[in-house]
Amino acid sequence: MNAVVDLLAGPWEYDFWRRALLVALLSGLVCGVVGTHVVLRGMAFIGDAVAHAVFPGIATAFVLGTNLVIGGAVAGVVTALLIAVVAQNRRLKEDSVIGIFFAAAFGLGIVILSAAPGYGGSLESFLFGSILGISDGDVVSVAVIGAILLLTTGLLNGRLVAATLDREQARAVGLPVFWLDLALYVMVTLAIVISLQAVGNVLVLALLVTPAAAARLLTDRLGVMMLLAPAIGAGGSVLGLYLSYAFDLAAGGLIVLSLTGIFVLCWLFAPRHGLVRRPRRPQSTSDDPVGALVEVKS
Amino acid sequence: MNEPVLDIRGLTVDLGGREVLSEVDLQLRPGELVGLIGPNGAGKTTLLRTALGLIPSRLGTVSVHGRAARQAQGTVGYVPQRHEFAWDFPISVAKAVATGRTHLTGLLRKRTEQDRAAVDAAIARVGMDELRTRPVGELSGGQRQRVLVARALALRPRLLLLDEPFTGIDAPTQELLSGLLSELRDEGVAVLMTTHDLAAATTLCSRLCLLNRTVVADGEPAALADTDIWLRTFGLDRAEQLLRSLGVSS
Repeated sequence: MNAVVDLLAGPWEYDFWRRALLVALLSGLVCGVVGTHVVLRGMAFIGDAVAHAVFPGIATAFVLGTNLVIGGAVAGVVTALLIAVVAQNRRLKEDSVIGIFFAAAFGLGIVILSAAPGYGGSLESFLFGSILGISDGDVVSVAVIGAILLLTTGLLNGRLVAATLDREQARAVGLPVFWLDLALYVMVTLAIVISLQAVGNVLVLALLVTPAAAARLLTDRLGVMMLLAPAIGAGGSVLGLYLSYAFDLAAGGLIVLSLTGIFVLCWLFAPRHGLVRRPRRPQSTSDDPVGALVEVKS
Repeated sequence: MNEPVLDIRGLTVDLGGREVLSEVDLQLRPGELVGLIGPNGAGKTTLLRTALGLIPSRLGTVSVHGRAARQAQGTVGYVPQRHEFAWDFPISVAKAVATGRTHLTGLLRKRTEQDRAAVDAAIARVGMDELRTRPVGELSGGQRQRVLVARALALRPRLLLLDEPFTGIDAPTQELLSGLLSELRDEGVAVLMTTHDLAAATTLCSRLCLLNRTVVADGEPAALADTDIWLRTFGLDRAEQLLRSLGVSS
């Protein structure tokens, strides 16, 4: 029993672990809320694109010694706008345009970073996270931006829901659908930027998508989903950090794997959508493979 | 006679460089229930979308309540085709209906008693009271159509536009919807609906507007017995079939 208490209390004795736990908790929370809209809109790929798009901004800010968050946000928004403009060309599907730009942004980031001294180490910390190297200032900016994001989501929630639910009708009643899209992109960008230090550029998508997707499996109520997703995000992130402390393995990877573990559990055991569940109708025919498949999927 | 609620004059619309509507004239007055009939690609949906201010016109004017279509946005009830709606979204019937009033609520305001009353009344009118907490993903095709109609009615509109409301719905919903549209007409709402169901349209509508890029004919169902009109709207094969279903011999 004492071993458990030691394990739970252990990391709190060190300043850098306390900061890490706080940032993991906040990132998981904020990404869970914003990620709910990402998952419901089916824009996980766009989230991935934004995660890569912020990279050159962060690299530039790092080389110039300015604020990483602002640099990342500027790059993310510029890339989102470029994608929106180039996607107007009707010969190309949007996903191709997104693919082109996020790879380009990533390449640009690597080139910029290679101009700085200590290239290898900083590249690694951007790509895979450096949650134990977080400063007090970082914690404050994560908390402030996180609070702004939660507040904005609260204000725009009804409009975002209306636009996701039925774009045509939302435009017909005069809701500013284009600006709502843009606001959501900016929110996703900021959520990604504040979470980069926890899990790094390559894995940040998991923080945005996995908790919200797991929550979607558990409920058919948006309100419940928006509480479950941040709970899963924060819980999984903290769990991952504890595992990293206990086994002395990479924090970013363990955070993502913890979230994935929760997702798999939800997928298997969710009350109504799960794979493993009591059959609803006893007469469900086992000699009807298509019907059985539909039964499992529904 | 009353001022028209929807007044379309000389409307010409291009989509992707192609002329989709040409010099369309159509007026809708309070208490009129008009069926917009025409073959696929005749421009029926485009006409509705132009009236909603979603598509600009090249020539002509569209005015709603005496204002340009874009200025009247937010006052017109609109029931789009069912596939426009994200039915996998985790939302209940009552909340989905309430999204019809989202644009009326300020960012910092809560829903008012008036909002709630309008939503409740709309749900009751489409007979979905017992299903109001049901997630929309679990509804049948007919029930989904009712949700879309309720969402439009939650606005308490004076002009209601419906795109193919009778397509792919069960008999009880068809009956309910016919009754509801007649009631709305009697209350003085101006209703315009596109439909493929000619038989239903002739019994239900006070006027039919036959559209194929332009208005081929516009009048009471009984006045449209001239086969030539139907030939011009639908072409030979389809027209014969339609006329037979209406009991008009060619």
